[in-house]
Amino acid sequence: MEDKIIIKDLNLYFDTHHVLKSINLNIKANEILSIIGPANSGKTSFLRTLNRLNDITSAVKISGEILLDGMDIYKKGISLPWLRRKVGMVFALPVPLPRSIFENIVYGPRLNGVTSKDRLEELVEKTLKSAFLWDEVKDRLHTSGTKLSGGQQQRLCIARSLALEPEVILLDEPCSGLDPLSTSKIEEALYELKKQYTIVLVTNNTKQAARVGDNVAFFLMGDMIEYGSSEHIFTVPNDKRTEDYITGRFG
Amino acid sequence: MKSRENLIQFGLLIIALSTIVILLLIALFILKEGLPIILRVGIKGFICSTHWSPQQGQFGILAMIIGTAWITAGAILVSLPLSLSCAIYLSEFSTPKVRGTLKPIIELLAGIPSVVYGFMGMVILFPLIRNYLGGAGPSILTASVILGIMILPTITSIAIDSLQAVPHSYREGSLSLGATRWQTIRMVILPAAKTGILSGIILGIGRAVGETMAVIMIAGNSVIIPKSLLDPVRTLTANIALEMNYATGDHRQALFATGIVLFITIIILNIIAHTIARGGVEK
Ligand SMILES: Nc1ncnc2c1ncn2[C@@H]1O[C@H](COP(=O)(O)OP(=O)(O)OP(=O)(O)O)[C@@H](O)[C@H]1O
Ligand SMILES: [Mg+2]
Repeated sequence: MEDKIIIKDLNLYFDTHHVLKSINLNIKANEILSIIGPANSGKTSFLRTLNRLNDITSAVKISGEILLDGMDIYKKGISLPWLRRKVGMVFALPVPLPRSIFENIVYGPRLNGVTSKDRLEELVEKTLKSAFLWDEVKDRLHTSGTKLSGGQQQRLCIARSLALEPEVILLDEPCSGLDPLSTSKIEEALYELKKQYTIVLVTNNTKQAARVGDNVAFFLMGDMIEYGSSEHIFTVPNDKRTEDYITGRFG
Repeated sequence: MKSRENLIQFGLLIIALSTIVILLLIALFILKEGLPIILRVGIKGFICSTHWSPQQGQFGILAMIIGTAWITAGAILVSLPLSLSCAIYLSEFSTPKVRGTLKPIIELLAGIPSVVYGFMGMVILFPLIRNYLGGAGPSILTASVILGIMILPTITSIAIDSLQAVPHSYREGSLSLGATRWQTIRMVILPAAKTGILSGIILGIGRAVGETMAVIMIAGNSVIIPKSLLDPVRTLTANIALEMNYATGDHRQALFATGIVLFITIIILNIIAHTIARGGVEK
């Protein structure tokens, strides 16, 4: 499979704090790459370099290259809205905007110039179905998105990022704080979605990484310790630290 | 130990109650002094008449109400664009360090004595307005500009707090959906901060209505119904401050009655501000 994103010698600092240390990684198209690692290992920061969301923090310094379809996304003149429409993001804490379910989903497309009512309605239905949420909310699309349950809010956030028709979807611990049923619904959705999208999934749950990830990268204190296929990493990891982490013997 | 704590608690309760009692006493005193004349002239005769000539026994304060309304509206008009831009810049575009430095400085503006603002109006604005727009200088326009600057800190500082209170996740959510920073501000952050900003504006109105010294110095104080922004007017507060010295009898009562009108206006404004703020928290 071809490489969707190529990361070359990526370093990230918050002030003087070296958070990502010389990361080299290729993310293949239509795969789910899971990123695992203990707290503070830089997983979230890494994810946020991929849609340049770290840029809003004033003290951040980044070096290296990130190529999306061969184009350096840190190059001068790259439009951030354009990049973020191509590379969608779902956060650890699902936070719908304080608007209706419908408005949450059409927010991005509207800003991008989609005005036709039919087209917007079609998008809402399609994305809610892909996020396995349609049946639960189809009768109350115009009630507030913030009134949904946690698991539903998370799926709404997935749906709204799909509405931009991105190519890559970044998910930051989308199932932390969700019950097993909501979790399996989201995993089911991810499994369907990877047919169309490239997915990068940060997760604290190694079992989840093993279940849904094609490839896995293990981060520790800002270093990428190991990268490989799920089967490989979860059966015969090369590095002792990886083994310690996935067997729960860590720190 | 327990009983000692109870004692302290009781002491604090007494102190808290006494501040309320003092407030009530002030209200009662103003009412006692001012109410009789309102009852005699009638609320309509007092509030809806433009004739204010204490020597002839005519006590209509409509001209002053209109003067206050014009100046306050003008002040908000001057202040709002400035304070909102300032708040948006400091909350959304500046670094935390710049914000941490500039916000206290802006708040410091509120501590400048109002007589200084009045003085600035006389030396800087009077000649400008006289030379470029005509009139004598003291006018609705002058007072609006100066009052607008005086209420800047109130509105700006409350607006910054309201903008900063908008969850960071709304910003990130909107940006990651392909919105520009400005679209995010317009479509997500301002609507979410709306109630806070509104209560800030109302507190600003309260300040403008209550301001006295600066207004006396620059508004002209003529008891007339203004026909243009360059006309001098008198406000309710100025009316009391200017005449209380020598007023006796009915005249004195009429000034207290003016105080009642002010008192009620300010209380209503505060109630509105609090209701709005409370509604904002629930959301
Ligand atoms: N905006 C920021 N400003 C300064 N430092 C930051 C910022 N964001 C993250 N950091 C620092 O970067 C380091 C890595 O944080 P990051 O959130 O990427 O870890 P993580 O692997 O996602 O952890 P977790 O599993 O707890 O989510 C931490 O030490 C954190 O303090
Ligand atoms: Mg994280």
